[in-house]
Amino acid sequence: MLRNDIAITPDLVASHGLKPDEYQRILDLIGREPTITELGIFSAMWNEHCSYKSSKKWLKTLPTTGDKVVIGPGENAGVIDIGDGQVAVFKMESHNHPSYIEPYQGAATGVGGILRDVFTMGARPIAAMNALRFGAPDHPKTRHLVAGVVAGVGGYGNSFGVPTVGGEVNFHPRYNGNCLVNAFALGLADRDKIFLSEAKGVGLPVVYLGAKTGRDGVGGATMASAEFDDQIEEKRPTVQVGDPFTEKRLLEACLELMASGAVIAIQDMGAAGLTCSAVEMGAKGDLGIELDLDKVPVREERMTAYEMMLSESQERMLMVLEPALEGVAKAIFAKWELDFAVVGVTTDDLRFRIKHQGEVVADLPIKDLGDQAPEYDRPWIPPARPVLIAPESVEAPDDLAAALLTVLGSPDAASRRWVWEQYDTLVQGNSATVPGGDAGVVRVDGTTKGIAMSSDVTPRYCEADPFEGGKQAIAEVWRNITAVGATPIAVTDNLNFGNPEKPEIMGQFVHAIKGLGEACRALDFPVVSGNVSLYNETNGKAILPTPTIVGVGLLSDIGQMATIAFKAAGDEILLVGGHGTHLGQSLYLREVLGREEGAPPPVDLAVERRNGDFVRALITARRVSACHDLSDGGLGIALAEMAMAGSLGAKVSLDGITPHVALFAEDQARYLVTVPAGQAEAVAADAQSAGVPVVRLGTVGGDALNLGAAGAISVETLRDTHEGWFPRFMGGEAA
Amino acid sequence: MRSAVVVFPGSNRERDAIRALTSITGEAPAVVWHQDSTLPDVDLIVLPGGFSYGDYLRCGAIAARSPAMQDVARKAAAGVRVLGVCNGFQILTEAGLLPGVLMRNAHLRFICKEVKLKVANPDTDFTRAYGTEQIIRCPVAHHDGNFFADAETLARIEGEGRVAFRYAEGTNPNGSINDIAGVLNDRGNVLGMMPHPENLIEALHGGLDGRGVFESVVKSLAA
Repeated sequence: MLRNDIAITPDLVASHGLKPDEYQRILDLIGREPTITELGIFSAMWNEHCSYKSSKKWLKTLPTTGDKVVIGPGENAGVIDIGDGQVAVFKMESHNHPSYIEPYQGAATGVGGILRDVFTMGARPIAAMNALRFGAPDHPKTRHLVAGVVAGVGGYGNSFGVPTVGGEVNFHPRYNGNCLVNAFALGLADRDKIFLSEAKGVGLPVVYLGAKTGRDGVGGATMASAEFDDQIEEKRPTVQVGDPFTEKRLLEACLELMASGAVIAIQDMGAAGLTCSAVEMGAKGDLGIELDLDKVPVREERMTAYEMMLSESQERMLMVLEPALEGVAKAIFAKWELDFAVVGVTTDDLRFRIKHQGEVVADLPIKDLGDQAPEYDRPWIPPARPVLIAPESVEAPDDLAAALLTVLGSPDAASRRWVWEQYDTLVQGNSATVPGGDAGVVRVDGTTKGIAMSSDVTPRYCEADPFEGGKQAIAEVWRNITAVGATPIAVTDNLNFGNPEKPEIMGQFVHAIKGLGEACRALDFPVVSGNVSLYNETNGKAILPTPTIVGVGLLSDIGQMATIAFKAAGDEILLVGGHGTHLGQSLYLREVLGREEGAPPPVDLAVERRNGDFVRALITARRVSACHDLSDGGLGIALAEMAMAGSLGAKVSLDGITPHVALFAEDQARYLVTVPAGQAEAVAADAQSAGVPVVRLGTVGGDALNLGAAGAISVETLRDTHEGWFPRFMGGEAA
Repeated sequence: MRSAVVVFPGSNRERDAIRALTSITGEAPAVVWHQDSTLPDVDLIVLPGGFSYGDYLRCGAIAARSPAMQDVARKAAAGVRVLGVCNGFQILTEAGLLPGVLMRNAHLRFICKEVKLKVANPDTDFTRAYGTEQIIRCPVAHHDGNFFADAETLARIEGEGRVAFRYAEGTNPNGSINDIAGVLNDRGNVLGMMPHPENLIEALHGGLDGRGVFESVVKSLAA
């Protein structure tokens, strides 16, 4: 019998985020009252963040296989084949709750955690992105959060030395009490040198690597699995503190170690630190793990077993070592001045046994902690069907040009330059783009191939119709990758929702997953990794449903890449996909008419695929001089962005159509391309035979965006409007 | 031309520097670990960008005291050319090999963007591939690039033509005094600059303007 100094009261159980039935399950499993350390371990493993207990049933419905998929969900990150014996390893993960409590460190450690997920698998990170969602600009906390989160993302990624090649920023009052910080990283590895967490072999040393263990982050994963209330400030000590310098050394040391052949299995210590990593390695390998906490490098005195097992101190790894190479491994870690300590051993008894000061403080069945955590089929109700808004019912603005400027300078459409100029977008010397285009593209070092990636979701669409919104997120990612000329391969998803115990929230989740799955299947765009963040609520108010998607694609020749900038006067502008009519949930409706309502644009996946394949073929054949997808804000915003990027105007004709509908409709599956003068005829003819509607819209040239009868706006005015909002907002002048 | 790149824990643009040197000199540089107390005999030593030792103290302060830097100082005194980029510039000022200090950017934020540089002195080992007053494009990426020196030092640097590069009018990204972007030592064989010429050397980067810094060294060796 294990000694138990602390009485396990119902209050204590509840404060660990365990429900009475879950606690009963623990009692049934181990046949006795758990020790406080064991209670902590169960709480860490069975919380929503680590166990996916509410989401697992639905995640299983997503397509996860494909020609190029090497490793799908379940590992630290997904792996896809990019040819020539190389793979891309990537994942996105949320750090929402910590970032709201302590924006700089929360965001920084979010970046650190995702980088670690990637290099744990043996891949050197070559690109990062992030998707950030904040409350209303005029909410008193928003600027503080934006400043802190952006500085934290930059502070970590810049120092670590990974280029941040893109991302998203949105504002909406529904994030007032719960911002979202979703961090993505992508690394490169050789296909035959991928490292996994599954332990192999009995009696082998379990080694602790990296930084020392402190009291920071104790209970972080449990905190992340609960709703917020007004006492949230008290949770600040559960936020970890990041050290990118140590992470950079850990990266270099781990890659050297992996090359030495000393690593049998390796797992980073992320959520629930030592507990989660050890259980993961043992449970996956059908082995027990025994740890001696007296050997764990600590940076604080008198840490209890409970604290050590639940600490989320950053920049740590756990591995199973090839014993013959212990000397080599030690020397590598000594070179990089990092801790290296044998802290345990693999066993054949399937127990997770923890010793501290000569005493066993936990002795639990390892499989039940890991693979056999509770799984729920939570009740859900289908979301209400939104009302379709007829275009005729949406009034025209008094001044079309002014309306375009209003949308262009609105918080969700304005330039994010203020944000991305704080990120190192160039380090490593392989960046082919800077943010602001459709997808971020980095060259595969030493080749002429490029990897394209894009992060997207339109939360207001998901709120109105989670199913169509889920489809749209996948479609937009696919479109953005296509718009640079790359072939989309796979996605990672980061599903941010409210409290799944509420049937209406669970209904949003279920419908969004169904939409995501349908789109992934139709576009051959499997999900290879992901993360679920639930309980994004404050005082009972949920965020907008936000299934953030990052897609990854491949350009076989980076020289073929298309960019959004208008290139030359005289180039003809073609609208692939034709004019749109859908104004429900459009930025125009919200920013100009003050109405956030209606159904989002429906996504016809067959059309999406047909139009996208047509555009990609044009780009690959080098027949277009510029390409840009249409999304938020519609045609008007896309034209303005192409003009600003190229410092060239355009003359477009909206004759015979309703200008405000054409300019602001957010219909899907559409692109703007430009082609050299004289070639539009041939492209239009090819489009016709492919069954793709194309409108010959106008011509590049001049220094203004000329909309015919609707007026003209100088490129300089467009730029002042687009660039102005963010700096003004952060400077305290605008909200 | 033989070259070497010194790597400190926390360096992160060493690969960029290695690629630039390999591409422009035709020969891969030697890579020197910060704990090596002797560098190989080379014509150019590059201290790359990054966050050596995390830059938790003053940027470059710890790296400046590393064993490798003792030898860099000896070799610089013997006339070997030394180029410090970004963190490398900070290390050179902390090591006393270059005058002045690099303070936090005036706006207090990290800034990564392309700026324009004016070649303030085309008659140096690092600028002779450029023309007089030539304006070149070059990216910056730093948090602490705000160059400052006291009036007396500044007068000396300016008087001796030791400002190699200035931020062109209206593009000073960090508040540097006199728009100074790159400074030479009194002998002219050590240059520190905040911008990253190694990140604008091929079509992928959208320009070749950065090559001139390295080509200048090649040229000056041939002279």
